[in-house]
Amino acid sequence: MSNKEQNYSPSGFTRRDFVKGSAALVGGALVSQLPFVGAYAAGSDTLKIAVVGCGGRGTGAAIQALSTKESVKLVAMADAFRDRLDDSYNNISQKFENDKKRVDVPEKNKFTGFDGYKKAIALADVVILTTPPGFRPLHFEEAVRQGKHVFLEKPVATDAPGVRQVLAAAEEAKKKNLKVVMGLQRRYQNAYLETIKRLNDGAIGDIVGAQAYWHNAGVWVRPRQAGQTEMEYQMRNWYYFNWLCGDHINEQHIHNIDVVNWVKNGYPVSAQGMGGRQVRNGIDHGEIYDHHFVEFTYADGTILNSQCRHIPNTMNRVEETFSGSKGRATLSGDGKGIITDLKGNVIYNYRGKDDPNPYQTEHDILFAAIRDNKPYNNAEIAAKSTMSAIMGRMATYSGQVIKWEDALNSDMSLMPKAFAWDAETPTKPDAEGRYPIPTPGITKVI
Amino acid sequence: MQFKKKYYLLSWVVIIVLIKVSVVKVTAQTASAEFKQYKELIPGTSVSFELAPVPGGEFLMGSPATEVGRKDDEGPQHKVKIEPFWMGSHEVSWDEFEIFVYREIEKQSMNASSMNKTSTADAVSRPSPPYLDMTFGMGKNGFPAINMTQFAALTYCKWLTAKTGHFYRLPTEAEWEYACRAGATTAYAFGDDKSNLDDYAWSYNNSQAGTKKVGSKKPNAWGLYDMHGNVAEWTLDQYNPEYYAQFTKGAATNPWLKPTKLYAHALRGGSWDDDPAALRSAARQFSKPVWKQRDPQIPKSQWWFTDAPFIGFRIVRPLKQPSPEEIAKYWAEPIKDFGG
Repeated sequence: MSNKEQNYSPSGFTRRDFVKGSAALVGGALVSQLPFVGAYAAGSDTLKIAVVGCGGRGTGAAIQALSTKESVKLVAMADAFRDRLDDSYNNISQKFENDKKRVDVPEKNKFTGFDGYKKAIALADVVILTTPPGFRPLHFEEAVRQGKHVFLEKPVATDAPGVRQVLAAAEEAKKKNLKVVMGLQRRYQNAYLETIKRLNDGAIGDIVGAQAYWHNAGVWVRPRQAGQTEMEYQMRNWYYFNWLCGDHINEQHIHNIDVVNWVKNGYPVSAQGMGGRQVRNGIDHGEIYDHHFVEFTYADGTILNSQCRHIPNTMNRVEETFSGSKGRATLSGDGKGIITDLKGNVIYNYRGKDDPNPYQTEHDILFAAIRDNKPYNNAEIAAKSTMSAIMGRMATYSGQVIKWEDALNSDMSLMPKAFAWDAETPTKPDAEGRYPIPTPGITKVI
Repeated sequence: MQFKKKYYLLSWVVIIVLIKVSVVKVTAQTASAEFKQYKELIPGTSVSFELAPVPGGEFLMGSPATEVGRKDDEGPQHKVKIEPFWMGSHEVSWDEFEIFVYREIEKQSMNASSMNKTSTADAVSRPSPPYLDMTFGMGKNGFPAINMTQFAALTYCKWLTAKTGHFYRLPTEAEWEYACRAGATTAYAFGDDKSNLDDYAWSYNNSQAGTKKVGSKKPNAWGLYDMHGNVAEWTLDQYNPEYYAQFTKGAATNPWLKPTKLYAHALRGGSWDDDPAALRSAARQFSKPVWKQRDPQIPKSQWWFTDAPFIGFRIVRPLKQPSPEEIAKYWAEPIKDFGG
């Protein structure tokens, strides 16, 4: 990695700034209150990491955490399923086969089932939370309760009670001076940081409208297997069940909605929209939609037209555009950051071919903040952008205008009453194995 | 029904005759009279591509220390002997590559008779369907295929070899540079003056941030288009910045650093996303793990990058076709990618 990558931070600070910042705190009241930092600052301790949720993303996040420059090691893993945990452990071990001291997870530190997370969290200093999003509020709350630093993958909930749970835990984490870095990685990506800095400086004047897109073919399906309980089937095929996934407007399109929230420096006050499932309606497609189109309104009247589609063989597009009184801007996760005037003349074109990987940067930030004891906690942003996406889903499922306060204060929980392999699931299949599909005009969402 | 059966039978006879003819042709093509430009039709489809003959010879590989924009890995300059081969006149386009990527496209484009034919090509593994739009919105018909791994590019060659009976593979770095120079010893095939580059190449300066249709600029002296720019092209080699140091005595013959590791593989020619210096004949580039940064899975895809919309490839076919055993040595086994 280049020096640029090592020194990079999202706020424009370099690592050296972090160090300076923490030096200023030394001797202050904050440091002495910390349960952990004192020992680490002495330089002798290795940060212990636990990963909760060992799918592809959890494995990737664990590898990135272990690839930071700090002294770190993986000590515990938790997943509902033993086979997922084993695959993840094997992949991480192979990745670090030449640096074996970074992976130290004895059999007794591998936890499965619904309760394993508590035990894994207890063994670590830093916890990576990467299960399906429905579990995030529960796991984040527990990690904060136990006083651990957190990498918080997006989205952070699937319903409003979950969002509120995360907001409360985020406040608690601040009080305990825990570091929390959330996984909306565009927030750490140079193309976004540089382009949005220019938008904030007025490069296109007042921003009056925005478009956000996540159009692609969709994701994997894990068909029902003989012998599975309904709970196990839904947990395996989690993308298609709302209590676990929150629908793809939440699970993926949140990235694009979050960028608009970032630029608008706020969250939508209301949403209305439409959606449905035209193509993704097979027996293993659960209950989620394959397309949503939502009109989000911000406090100043700015409209975001937000569209997401999971349908094969249709136009692919994953980006955000802004219209301003003096120009337009287009951004995307592949490093695009283009600003034009109102006639289409390019006035800024971000170029970042050798930029650092934002998925790595987010872990570099987390571990640097821990090492230097610099405050870092952006869980509230993750919670409110999650709420924005959920509000969009409430709008498309119901066909009603949904207001932010009503959405956030909703007591409608999507979660099961108990977590066990034989427990009742929040939605159940009919005799043909099909689930009730949300229907505008009929479905209640608040 | 009866008519259809007869039709099938007839087409089988035609196919067998065609296969026999083509086998004879392969043998005959070692004669120099046959060594000329030709068009290859991907069997059973209406998609074809052109190949240009690259005569065998000797050249000075690498760049002199005085060349503007030169990097250390381009030296020392050394003599290299190259056997004759054909090279794709153009970078492989999505039109060709998608037939390989999507079996259903292959089926749709094939006529009934060829569909019934079981082919050894069917045994070649195919890419997983891409997670992202791999064109990045830059265009499909006539535009270069992009974002594939070196393994995917080489497996395309394996598939094409099985389909056509002609041995297609990626060029070695040496073959690539030899073909790019087309006899020239200057920084670019057309000379040293980069102000002429716009006539021959798409670079960051003129591409408006995207790939362009293959063959829309002037070719080099051997009829090869877009050797400079448009997409950086895969070679068959592992990238080693010090590889040239060993070739100080006499001429190296057909040098090839066979890859044993996933990173890095060597790429040549520069792309629409590069400044002119990276498009020089001797300039070398190499693959990076960060090109899969948005692949959320571990291990990462063997077939696709998520962040390399500036890389593609072109194919070569050696004039002298080796034995099946020799050919098999060129194909690669996938190496698991646990991220960088």
